[in-house]
Amino acid sequence: MDFLILIQVLDSTLRLATPLLLVCLAGLFSERAGIFDIGLEGKILAAAFVSAAVAYTTGSVWVGLLAGIGASVMLSAIHGLASITLKGDQIISGVAINFLAAGLTVVVAQAWFGQGGRTPPLQSGGRFEPINFPGAIPSKEMADVGPVMQLYSELLSGHSLLVYVALLTVPLSWFVLYQTRFGLRLRAVGENPAAVDTAGISVVGMRYAAVIICGVLCGIAGAYIATALQASFTKDMSAGRGFIALAALIFAKWRPWYALGACLLFGFFFAIDNRFQNILLPAWSLSGVLLLTAFGLAGYVWRKDLLDKIVLGGLGLGVAFVSVLIVASAWSAGLSTQIKIPVVFIQSLPYILTVVVLAGFVGKAIPPRSGGVPYVKEK
Amino acid sequence: MDVMPKWADVVLVPLFSLVLAAFLSALLILAIGESPGEALKLMVEGTLLRSAGWGYMLYYTTNFIFTGLAVSIAFHASLFNIGGEGQAMMGGLGVSLVCLFIPWPHWSLAIVGASVGAAVFGMIWAGLPAYLQAKRGSHIVITTIMFNFIAAGILNFFLVGALKPKGSMDPATANFPASTHLPTFEDMAQLLGFEKMFRSAPANVSFFIALLACVVVWYLIWRSPLGYEIRALGKSGPAARYAGVGSVKIIMITMMISGALCGLMAVNTTQGESERLILNFTEGAGFIGIAVALMGRSHPVGVFLAALLFGFLYQGGAELALWTKIPREMIIVIQALVILFTGALTLMVRAPLEQLFFAIRRG
Repeated sequence: MDFLILIQVLDSTLRLATPLLLVCLAGLFSERAGIFDIGLEGKILAAAFVSAAVAYTTGSVWVGLLAGIGASVMLSAIHGLASITLKGDQIISGVAINFLAAGLTVVVAQAWFGQGGRTPPLQSGGRFEPINFPGAIPSKEMADVGPVMQLYSELLSGHSLLVYVALLTVPLSWFVLYQTRFGLRLRAVGENPAAVDTAGISVVGMRYAAVIICGVLCGIAGAYIATALQASFTKDMSAGRGFIALAALIFAKWRPWYALGACLLFGFFFAIDNRFQNILLPAWSLSGVLLLTAFGLAGYVWRKDLLDKIVLGGLGLGVAFVSVLIVASAWSAGLSTQIKIPVVFIQSLPYILTVVVLAGFVGKAIPPRSGGVPYVKEK
Repeated sequence: MDVMPKWADVVLVPLFSLVLAAFLSALLILAIGESPGEALKLMVEGTLLRSAGWGYMLYYTTNFIFTGLAVSIAFHASLFNIGGEGQAMMGGLGVSLVCLFIPWPHWSLAIVGASVGAAVFGMIWAGLPAYLQAKRGSHIVITTIMFNFIAAGILNFFLVGALKPKGSMDPATANFPASTHLPTFEDMAQLLGFEKMFRSAPANVSFFIALLACVVVWYLIWRSPLGYEIRALGKSGPAARYAGVGSVKIIMITMMISGALCGLMAVNTTQGESERLILNFTEGAGFIGIAVALMGRSHPVGVFLAALLFGFLYQGGAELALWTKIPREMIIVIQALVILFTGALTLMVRAPLEQLFFAIRRG
């Protein structure tokens, strides 16, 4: 039974990691070519709306998918225009795209369907249905079969096509980036565009190509959210996935295989959060971990300068304080009392982990060197 | 080299961006089957022709002045603070702790205490990303975005847990005691003998704190040595370092001022309007600060005018949602277009203006 729960959590991990993975790889292409993209979130949202709206209207999920990709690529083109051709600020452009999508989707959805910024629920033809592998059994009978069958039927089988597409995108991205001439040039454009230009390759062309690939992948992710994970578009349904994917991208240090790992890890957090409302740990272990963190911070800042002592020392004091609070609240009932870990803590873990990685305490994340800088050709 | 005179750069570029944004929005309104002229008329009637409309507009304006100034001051140091949302949330936490747990005898003292609480909490929440940028080189844009999410988690944690009164279902704190309630514009108008002015509008005395903040930020940036150092670092990091400006110190100070300003927004929303801490009280104001700062060219006067404009758009947008099929999200579209034209597509906006001035200059 316990093994089955694990399998179910992993199954939901895979489903929740899929959009993150697609968007993370989208960001990877863009950022590896030197174009920062804060606007991933907006592209997913726009694609989710357009794919759901078109899939509902035409009754075909494939037309919906194509339309979603089209919407996302259009936003990518705006981002490219602003940050490549017009050499504007890439971050501001990304921020604008997020708002543009957040506003437009609701305004258009309201005018189109009149249901308060939603699309009507999608019928069977308008959705990506789960693909059942040969011999896979339905989940009702899952408890009666052996672990291998459970693994096969629950974890491997029964996902929508886009989940498998997302998984295949990882080796494909790796191949394109590291084994082809195009990939070499794309990575070079992000590190040293002047050198690429000297070699007679168009920096602008390479960067546009990267931005368009980014749009396509975000479009698939958006369509997945609206037509496979859920069955309609709702306001702000991307729910920060663009930013989490950005976090995963940094966590993965801008590498495709690491991106798979990071997205599965973040997906796992969400799956745990969905599955278990209460995670209980004995008070002593919880406060012990916190105290260790506090001591670790204190040890780290011992020989550092005043600012480090104030900031990290203060953080350590805060952590130690929480630990003392836990001990104090559990004191009367004994230190092995079960304490509930707040749900929001699990939800915030991806963000906290990203900050820790960015801070360089656990391996340094070094972005592409020319990221965020428009390329100005020498005259 | 400069084709355009300075006044044109400062006044015409934002105005032209606004015209472009308005034009595209009008097209969108036409496309969804409403009349742009009618919409504008509704917005003006609901906002500028009623004192209660002004009361709502100035309430939003107050928020946007704080967040706009916060983003501006960070811009001067070439830092991009997208974390206004999170810093304001933490500010709200500061305000409510101060208002709930300290027995204030009078609102005039409570507002000072709440402002300090809000500023300190906002400061801490901006200080951490600032530290990570200054000492560890972590990109401040990403860290402040992450801190927005973490702040939302913390706010949620307290509002469904420790700060929620027993037996209540709302994720919100208890109501603040009456002695901390701020006088609204309605109260002030009555004091001056005008009955029926600003009826039940949420604008309150914190508007004047926002005005004061404009003056203080102006003095800080253009008249103080610190402001000089901030601008020097923003123009060129290596040059500033060469001149003896410590970049770690300036990054820390600038971001902490920025965070404090965002935090102060909560005095208006939390102590002034809702009189208790609620979820999502920031309503995206931290992000609108970006549009306000870009539109206002990072100058306090510009920020004030842009904040008025966005206050008008916000209140007008609410009127539209009430009377037409145009949802409130229309305002987000306008906001996005303003950010796009003033921040990212500046070259496109400037080119025709520059050509115009070039033609005029040649005769």
